[in-house]
Amino acid sequence: MLLVVEQFLNGLQFGLLLFLLAAGLTLVFGIMDLVNLAHGSLYMIGAYFAATFAAWTGSFLLGALMALGATLILGIVLEMSALRHLYGRDHLDHVLATFGLILFFNEAVRLIWGPAGLALPLPPWLTVPVPILPGIQYPAYRLAIIIVALLVALLLYLGVMRTRIGMLIRAGASNREMIGALGINIKLLYTLVFGLGAALAGLAGLMQAPILTVQIGMGENILILAFVIIVIGGIGSIRGAFLAAIFVGMIDTLGRAFLPNLLRQVLSGAAASTAAPALSSMLIYLLMAIVLVVRPEGLFPANRR
Amino acid sequence: MKGLSVSKAVTALMLAGLVLLPLYSYLSGNIFILTLFTRIVILAMAAASLNLIMGFGGMMSFGHAAYLGIGGYAVGMLAQEGIGSGFIQFPVALAASAVYALVIGALSLRTRGVYFIMITLAFAQMAYYVASGLARYGGDDGLTVYKRSDFHGLINLSDRTQFYYLCLACLFGVIFLIWRIVNSRFGLVVQGLRSNEQRMQAIGFPAKRYKLVCFVISGMMCGLAGALLANNTDFVSPAVMYWTRSGDLMVMVILGGMGTLFGPVMGAVVYLLLEEFLSQITEYWALIMGPLLLLIVLFGRGGIMGLLGRVGRG
Repeated sequence: MLLVVEQFLNGLQFGLLLFLLAAGLTLVFGIMDLVNLAHGSLYMIGAYFAATFAAWTGSFLLGALMALGATLILGIVLEMSALRHLYGRDHLDHVLATFGLILFFNEAVRLIWGPAGLALPLPPWLTVPVPILPGIQYPAYRLAIIIVALLVALLLYLGVMRTRIGMLIRAGASNREMIGALGINIKLLYTLVFGLGAALAGLAGLMQAPILTVQIGMGENILILAFVIIVIGGIGSIRGAFLAAIFVGMIDTLGRAFLPNLLRQVLSGAAASTAAPALSSMLIYLLMAIVLVVRPEGLFPANRR
Repeated sequence: MKGLSVSKAVTALMLAGLVLLPLYSYLSGNIFILTLFTRIVILAMAAASLNLIMGFGGMMSFGHAAYLGIGGYAVGMLAQEGIGSGFIQFPVALAASAVYALVIGALSLRTRGVYFIMITLAFAQMAYYVASGLARYGGDDGLTVYKRSDFHGLINLSDRTQFYYLCLACLFGVIFLIWRIVNSRFGLVVQGLRSNEQRMQAIGFPAKRYKLVCFVISGMMCGLAGALLANNTDFVSPAVMYWTRSGDLMVMVILGGMGTLFGPVMGAVVYLLLEEFLSQITEYWALIMGPLLLLIVLFGRGGIMGLLGRVGRG
């Protein structure tokens, strides 16, 4: 029982973290129609910034805030210097250009921080276990991730659906020229959206950093997960990304936790212990393939186009 | 017309260079260059196979590296089980790639555009994890191929020059086949589907069946490259199938010129030589390679082939 609740929360936490990454990606993808493979690099750099700034300032929170700002600025610089020239181009051009950016960022990180990974230690007040149910405790930091991600999701939803800027962003997604003709500075708007997406990726990275080692290439695995999520959820749909992220986070975590035991019931011990890791890594891809075969547009397609 | 002749001249030069390379290697005593170019020729074959569906068919597969792995594992696993004959290994590699392509294609072709890119990627990742789980065949660590495919005295794969020419012959064979396909009635239908699927369907062509056949042929070509690659490195591992490898192949195609016959070969040669060259200058070669790719996308539409065409037109 304890294990089930804990794994359930772990799945929720991982799913929400994935949502932050997927939300930024789907903003950029759905609105600017830009396939940004380098989104994972921003996640990685957010983690590196956080580890560095936290070590400088000696404060976890201060370091995280500075990292968030730095990733936002980096995203804006990246959009203005390179990516804005790619709008309206073929998706393949995006893939090639941002693939180049991945190479660049991985190497730049290796040059600046060296090949060994970094660690981002948690402050003591975030390491204590918190009782959530009678007799069940959960690490404070993971709880904090859940709360922060839920807050961000709420703000994002309100920002996109209820504010004027959100309205312009949504309008820009459907018809870029029209919004420009109405006298809105669409260039600036796109730059801001991209910066926001970058900051979300950075936030996901810096929050994940204390749980994993901060290392080169950490963005690549998780980037694919983020793509899986936006494809399952329906491209351009924040709501779809949210639900799909939690779904994927749960399936991935629960699969890894419980699949080995389940398999052991049907297979011999040796066969089960070799098949289980491969099968649990495959689960989400299997899920995506099934979803796309049944609903080629994703589960919650954005209601446009 | 003059534009065409510049790219033709450069292509001819490149092909002559590929044919004469062992001679240069022999005269200069530089054995390394032959090994390097064997790899380049094999990956050029994989890029050419991807170009068949991507450039001519408009199907953007982001999971093409899976076939490299499947072809490679077919050779590696059979060798491990004591079946060393190339006359068994290679047909099995081709058949396995064909079956995989048939299943994946039948499912993936229900979607299009970005969704197609993603679903092919998903299936390749599944293949990656399946290979990682093959404990009997090395799992994560990969599988060493202790003995290269045995062609019973017909050709010796352990001889560097013979192996190189085998790979080159396969590359030329693949490109000849692509040329025949593209110019056949079948190929014209597939290219028609790329421009306007609805219209082709309205005329009465079963669109999905044509695309699927093309997808399977492309997969088999890439599977052949995989079987050769395993022989070249004497090793095969799940890493061959990781998604960044598919990205590499895509880069080669786009860099050289998508939808041109020799563009992918050019792309593979330039990309891999650049990687080799830059890594000799600096350990941080990707720092230059990355922005270079970006610049090529921004300013070099149509890849190297397109660039050569523009140079020719002056």
